[in-house]
Amino acid sequence: MALFSRGFSGGRRVPPELADRVPPGQYVEHGFPVLTAGPTPRVDPDEWGLRIDGMVAEPRRWTAAQFRELPSEAVPCDIHCVTKWSKLGTSFTGVSVDVLLDAVEPLGPYAMAYSYGDYTTNLAIEDLSDGKAWVVTQHEGEPLAREHGGPARLLVPHLYFWKSAKWVAGLRIMDHDEPGFWETNGYHNRGDPWKEERYWND
Amino acid sequence: MERLTPVAPRAPGRWQIATVASIKAETPSVKSYRLALPMWMPHLPGQHYDVRLTAPDGYVAQRSYSVASSPLDEGEIELTIDCLADGEVSPYFHDVVEEGDQVEVRGPFASYFVWRGTEPAPVVLVGGGSGVVPLMAMLRHRRRSMPETDMRLVYSVRTAADVIYAAELDDDTVLTFTREPPAGWSGHTGRLDAGLIGAAAADAMAAYVCGSNGFVETASMLLLEAGLKPEWIRTERFGPTG
Repeated sequence: MALFSRGFSGGRRVPPELADRVPPGQYVEHGFPVLTAGPTPRVDPDEWGLRIDGMVAEPRRWTAAQFRELPSEAVPCDIHCVTKWSKLGTSFTGVSVDVLLDAVEPLGPYAMAYSYGDYTTNLAIEDLSDGKAWVVTQHEGEPLAREHGGPARLLVPHLYFWKSAKWVAGLRIMDHDEPGFWETNGYHNRGDPWKEERYWND
Repeated sequence: MERLTPVAPRAPGRWQIATVASIKAETPSVKSYRLALPMWMPHLPGQHYDVRLTAPDGYVAQRSYSVASSPLDEGEIELTIDCLADGEVSPYFHDVVEEGDQVEVRGPFASYFVWRGTEPAPVVLVGGGSGVVPLMAMLRHRRRSMPETDMRLVYSVRTAADVIYAAELDDDTVLTFTREPPAGWSGHTGRLDAGLIGAAAADAMAAYVCGSNGFVETASMLLLEAGLKPEWIRTERFGPTG
């Protein structure tokens, strides 16, 4: 039931060679906008640590120094924010969540990512494993800026970017799914940009 | 059960065709659009709608805009849109849309940056530029629904010509002009500072901050310094919406 908008031609179309990289309803942004629900938390990079707890065989916490010893990789990716911008061809560096999950042996199919500053977002283990998610500490070769989640954020580029929790402190493995912060406040439970899963009823 | 109005058709998320009832020029670059909605439902002050434009060849552009009106305005919402030079939706609104035109919208969405009337008062609103829009929905709704609630707006603008809703700003609003104050101005000038935020927010129990990322960072830091707890401060930062 599309209504054509009188006199609208579209002034910011995606070049055809990039069209298959931009999900429906998104436009290409070259900057890296900042969207945060509250004041930016201040997390000392040396005090930062990452915990995986909940339903796991062996909960554990990596200190910043221990985390630096884990195998890290560069992750070239496109990212898509539910507020309609997409950033193409960016890159992050960090540790695959597969490496972290292998160390704890998850016993449930769901996870709640939680952050310094009390942010949470829920993900299925399926969306966190098999090379689909990372805990990253660098963006385009530089330490991750505080406003973008530094010292470390989750990176789940195949879902809308609110799932890529900034200032990530840990993952709680669960036997059931439970909505996180934005998922409680009107946004979609899974958030697949290619299906345009923006809000609850999408 | 048949007596009950079916809820599904009114669920947020469905695209509907709104009609532009009126347009008001607020500043040289900002206009407010009153839209009549066939499937209107009350929003929470602070919520947004998505707008969708479709070109003849099927190309679609979508953006989100905060509602500026009180939910007591039944059947209508007001969207206040700042025209961005490199945008594609906001210039369309400014240059093309006329009263009587139809536009597709859906909403209201997002229930975090909202004032429900149950938050502890005093409530301080801090807006920079067109960041005042969702805050105006809160202020307007408070004036009409809970006028006894202590709610103040700190509103930072560049010049007198940039003041949105100028005729409605009352003694519940403190303005600061960052670039050029109007002739004879004896109030605050320059960017937000500890004096301004301290005076407006020292006893505040809830804060809503909206503006550019830099503005929000400064404002929330000053609110923390004024003694507010981080969990009392809700922020909304402009993505680049064009």
